[in-house]
Amino acid sequence: MSAVPSAVDTRPPASSGGAAAFWKRLRAGDEIAIATTFLSAFTVILVTAVLVFELYQKSAISRHAFGWSFLTSTTWDPVAGNFGALPFIYGTLVTTALAMIVGIPLGVGAAIFLAELAPPLLSSALSFLIELLAAVPSVIIGLLGIFVMIPILQQIVPPVQDKLSWIPLFSGPFYGVSLFTAGVVLAIMILPFIISISREVILSVPNDQREGALALGATRWETTWNVVVPYARKGIAGSIFLALARAMGETMAVTMVVGNDPKIAHSLMAPGYSIAAVIANEFAEATGDLYQGALIELGLVLFGVTIIVNGAARLLVMSTEKRGSS
Amino acid sequence: MSPSPPRNTPWNRIRRKSVNAIMLTLTGVCTIFAAGILVFILGYLFIHGARSLNWNFFTKLPTPVGETGGGMANAILGSAKLLLVATMVGVPIGFLGGVYLAEFGGGGFSFLVRYVTDLLNGVPSIVMGIFAFSIIVLPQKHFSTLAGGLALGIMMIPIAIRSSEEFLRNVPLALREGSMALGASKARAIWSVVIPAAKAGLITGIMLNLARVAGETAPLLFTAFGNRYWSPGWEQPTASLPVMIYTYAISPYDDWHQQAWSAGFVLLAMVLSVNIISRVILAKKGPALR
Repeated sequence: MSAVPSAVDTRPPASSGGAAAFWKRLRAGDEIAIATTFLSAFTVILVTAVLVFELYQKSAISRHAFGWSFLTSTTWDPVAGNFGALPFIYGTLVTTALAMIVGIPLGVGAAIFLAELAPPLLSSALSFLIELLAAVPSVIIGLLGIFVMIPILQQIVPPVQDKLSWIPLFSGPFYGVSLFTAGVVLAIMILPFIISISREVILSVPNDQREGALALGATRWETTWNVVVPYARKGIAGSIFLALARAMGETMAVTMVVGNDPKIAHSLMAPGYSIAAVIANEFAEATGDLYQGALIELGLVLFGVTIIVNGAARLLVMSTEKRGSS
Repeated sequence: MSPSPPRNTPWNRIRRKSVNAIMLTLTGVCTIFAAGILVFILGYLFIHGARSLNWNFFTKLPTPVGETGGGMANAILGSAKLLLVATMVGVPIGFLGGVYLAEFGGGGFSFLVRYVTDLLNGVPSIVMGIFAFSIIVLPQKHFSTLAGGLALGIMMIPIAIRSSEEFLRNVPLALREGSMALGASKARAIWSVVIPAAKAGLITGIMLNLARVAGETAPLLFTAFGNRYWSPGWEQPTASLPVMIYTYAISPYDDWHQQAWSAGFVLLAMVLSVNIISRVILAKKGPALR
C-alpha cells in the first residue's frame, strides 16, 4: 500500500490525553477505509484470476483429449465424443468480418458527422439516440432479427442471388438464417460502440489542427479527412478493436439468426454457427465431462481472443486520449 | 492528400467543393441510418408488443403449450430477484473499489486495477455464465437464482468501479480540504462530505448499470436456467424476462411469439426509461458516463 498518499496528517497536539485517543480511533478509521476499499479493488484482480483459472482447469479434460487439434478439427459429434472447434471458429470469424465490413464505414462516417460537421444541438440529440441503441438488450435485437429482418431478407436476397450466384460466396439456397444475416445483425449491434468512442476521440483533437488546415484553404471535408481523422486514428482504431471484441463475444442475437449448423459453408448465405452460439445452445444440456470440457475450452478460446483484442484496443484508446489532452 | 499543393484552377475548385458536399452528405446518411435503427426497433416493438400486452402478462404464470393466455409474472419476479442478488454482489465491490481508485489510489496498483477492470468489462457475457456455472452450479449440482445473480453481479463490477471513480473524482478537492481543515480524518471526509456530494451521480451510475445487466440473457442460460413456475427462495432455477424472450422467440408457436413481443416491449421499455432518466439527470449533474 505504498501508493497511498500520506499528505494528510491530521495528528493533533499531544497535550490532551482523551483527545489523543479519539484521534487514534479516527486514524484507525482511515486505516479501515483504506483496507476495505483496497480489498474491493483487489477483488477485481482476484475475480479475473479465478475466472482464468476456472476456464483453464475445467477445460483440462478436453485439452488433454484433443490437444491443439481441437482448434483444427471439423467434427463436432457429441454422441461419439468427438469435438473439434473449427466450424465455430470459422463462423465467428466470418460473421465478425462481415460485421466489421458493414459497421466500420457506417460507424466512422457517423462519428465524423457527429463530431465535426453536425450542429451541436443536432449532434447531441443524435448521439443520445445512438447511445440508447447501445442499451438495447441483444435478445431484443435477436427477436427483431428473427421476425423482421429475416422476412425482409428473404424477399431481397434471392433475386440478388440470381444475378450473383456465380460468386461462390453468394451461392446456394437462402433460408433466412445464415452467416450473412448474423453478420448484418452484428453490424447493427457494434455501430453504437464505434460511433460513440470514435466521436469522443475525434472531439478530443485540438482545435488548432482544424484551424490550421482551414486557414490553408482546405474545405471542411479535407480538413476532417486529411487532418482530424489521421490525428485521431489510433483512437478510432481502438474503437474498432473494441467493437471487434464485442462482435466476437456477442451471443444471443447471433444464436437466434445464424442457423446453428456446425458446418463450414463456403457460402455466406448458408447457415453456420459461432463459438458463443454453440456454448449458449448446448451448455445446459451437455452431458458428460468431455462434452462440457469441450464447451468450456471453446469459452477459453473466446475469452483469450477477446482479451487480446480488448487489451490492444484499450492501449490504443488510452494513447490517443493522452495525446489529445496534452 | 498529396504532398504537392493542388492547383487552384476553377475545375479543381468545383471538384473539391463537390467532394466536400458529397462526403458531408454521406456521413450524414450514416448517422441517420444509425439513429434510424433505434427508431425502427422502438416502433416495431411498440406495434407488436403493446398490442398484445394485457394485465395477465404481469399477473399470470405461463400456460402449457397449446393453451393461449397466461403471462410472465414468474419471469418478472425472477428478473427482479436476479437483479437484487447482482446488486448485492456488484455494487459494494464496485463502489468501494471506485472509492479506492478515486481517493486512495495512484501508482502502479491502481493502473493495474483499472486495466484489469476494463478487460473484465470486455469479457463476453457467455463466458461470465461459464464462470458462474463452474463456481456455483457445478459444486451444487443444480441451477439457481444465486448462480444467475452472481453472474450478473460480476458483470456489474467493472462499470460500477469506473463510474463511481469518475463521480467521486468530480467532487471538488476544496470540499475534501475544507472538511479535513475542520479536523475530520480522511475517511470521515470521504464518508460525510465527498460521497454525499457525489450521491446523485453514484445512484444514477448504479441504475444505468442495472439496466445494462437486466437485459443480459447469455449468462443466465445455464445458471438461472428457466422455470415455468414460481421459484421460491434462492436455490432453485428461475425464469427471467430475457431468457423467456429467447425461448419463446425460437419456439414454433405463434402464441408464444406474441408473448415474446410483449416481454420484449416490457423489457425494452424498462431499460430505455431508466437510461433516459439517468442520462438526463447526469447531463444536469455532471459529465456523461462512458
